[in-house]
Amino acid sequence: MRAALAAIFALVSAGGALAQEAKVQLKDGPGKDKAMQCGACHSLDYIPMNSRFLDKAGWTASVNKMINVFGAPIPKEDVETIAAYLAQNYGNAAQK
Amino acid sequence: MNRRANSRRRLLAGAAGAGALSVLGGIRRGLAAPVGGTAELGFAELPDGTLEEQHLFALPGKVPLIKKTYRPPNFETPLEYFRTQITPNNAFFVRYHLAAIPEVKAAEWSLAVGGDSAERELRFTLAQLRKELKPAEVTAVCQCSGNRRGLFEPHVPGVEWGVGAMGNALWRGVRLKDVLERAGVKAGALEVAFDGADHAPIEKTPDFVKSLPLEVAMDDNTLVAFEMNGEPLPHWNGFPARLVVPGWTGTYWVKQLISAKIISQPEKNFWMSTAYRLPRGLFKTPSFESQVAAANEPITTMVVNSLITSLRDGQRVPRGKPLDVKGLAWDGGAGIERVEVSTDGAAWHAATLGRYLGRYSFREFRLALPAREPGGMNVMARATSRSGETQAERLIFNPAGYHHNVIQRLYVEVV
Repeated sequence: MRAALAAIFALVSAGGALAQEAKVQLKDGPGKDKAMQCGACHSLDYIPMNSRFLDKAGWTASVNKMINVFGAPIPKEDVETIAAYLAQNYGNAAQK
Repeated sequence: MNRRANSRRRLLAGAAGAGALSVLGGIRRGLAAPVGGTAELGFAELPDGTLEEQHLFALPGKVPLIKKTYRPPNFETPLEYFRTQITPNNAFFVRYHLAAIPEVKAAEWSLAVGGDSAERELRFTLAQLRKELKPAEVTAVCQCSGNRRGLFEPHVPGVEWGVGAMGNALWRGVRLKDVLERAGVKAGALEVAFDGADHAPIEKTPDFVKSLPLEVAMDDNTLVAFEMNGEPLPHWNGFPARLVVPGWTGTYWVKQLISAKIISQPEKNFWMSTAYRLPRGLFKTPSFESQVAAANEPITTMVVNSLITSLRDGQRVPRGKPLDVKGLAWDGGAGIERVEVSTDGAAWHAATLGRYLGRYSFREFRLALPAREPGGMNVMARATSRSGETQAERLIFNPAGYHHNVIQRLYVEVV
């Protein structure tokens, strides 16, 4: 209940930012659908902002931190797919 | 990176004109003009993904700021607002960890004071704070611990701030000390822990709670502030009341403050025990004794720093006219002793300091450099505090990307 109310408050206070946030598009590629789960807690611009300098181990550590420290509701079995997607599209070896 | 950026600019300047510059810039950065880049300030550049993603966007009540992330909102102040000692409220940077940010009504707000080391539990409304406690004010820099994180080489993950996750304001409210003394501080009190009204969209995320050493909480300059530059705090900067901890990094300046607990044991939550930590002893800043661990310790006060606001890297300036080097300097509360400017790293010339607004404030500096001969030069500024601390020649790397105070080097060409 607290969380639901909070979400409503957040919508109100974010004003036009939410409409803008919808414009943030992740790159197409295998695993994108799983990576979209990150949007439950934060806007997806966190991903391109942190590119392109992490390798797959770095992205795996980031995803695990979100789950283990921040309680992200992401199934453990999705970690590999999400980290591979992030490394492929937003990793230090990714093409622009 | 500086050297690379400078030599690239020199090559371009020598080989071609503005047309070639804009074509290459366009390829490197996409078609839109880059916003908030740091190479143009003579620093290492932000990650390329950051540069592509960020742009100007105005939150309600704010001028367009450099958008880092929408949710939670992280917005940086553009350089142009650092040409005065006081940062306007509507241009002041915005930094949140958790995305559920309530609209708090002043009439409904209250501050709960308690904890195991408080004699009694109390609750103050805004009207009570204003009426019952003596007003206090301080001009102080609020700077995010991670300001300039995006300039780290190698890059480290986090919000990839450029130079604008900071601002300076006149804060007015009441002394936290007076609030805590109303509740009564028991012998054995160790820290004071603070919670704001914001929280995460999901219950499992650790709530953003920060603590301060008792002596910092009891310092005369630590305020519960409800005004900023003579106006109520903007929503995005903690309306209706926030903590102001002059000299200490922004992480301790809890916004939308709703509770203060005087405690006898160290606060152990994630935001204290894991986040906002530095390798132990890496910097000469004071230690937060009750929070020191074997390998690391919390970040505490800001390191001395400066920012040149009057020049751009690669700028061409006319020969014969003095070059105006102007900017801001600040530190963790000793106050700025001097700012020196150099073009060779060997001879340093004292700049004139601007109006003194207190030891926690931004301090303007200014120096007119002669520009008699054509050719390139690297303009540098170096601030020194009254405690003798000066800026770093090279980055003091740390994994979370804090305390970047490397001397800025701007390449200027006299033509």
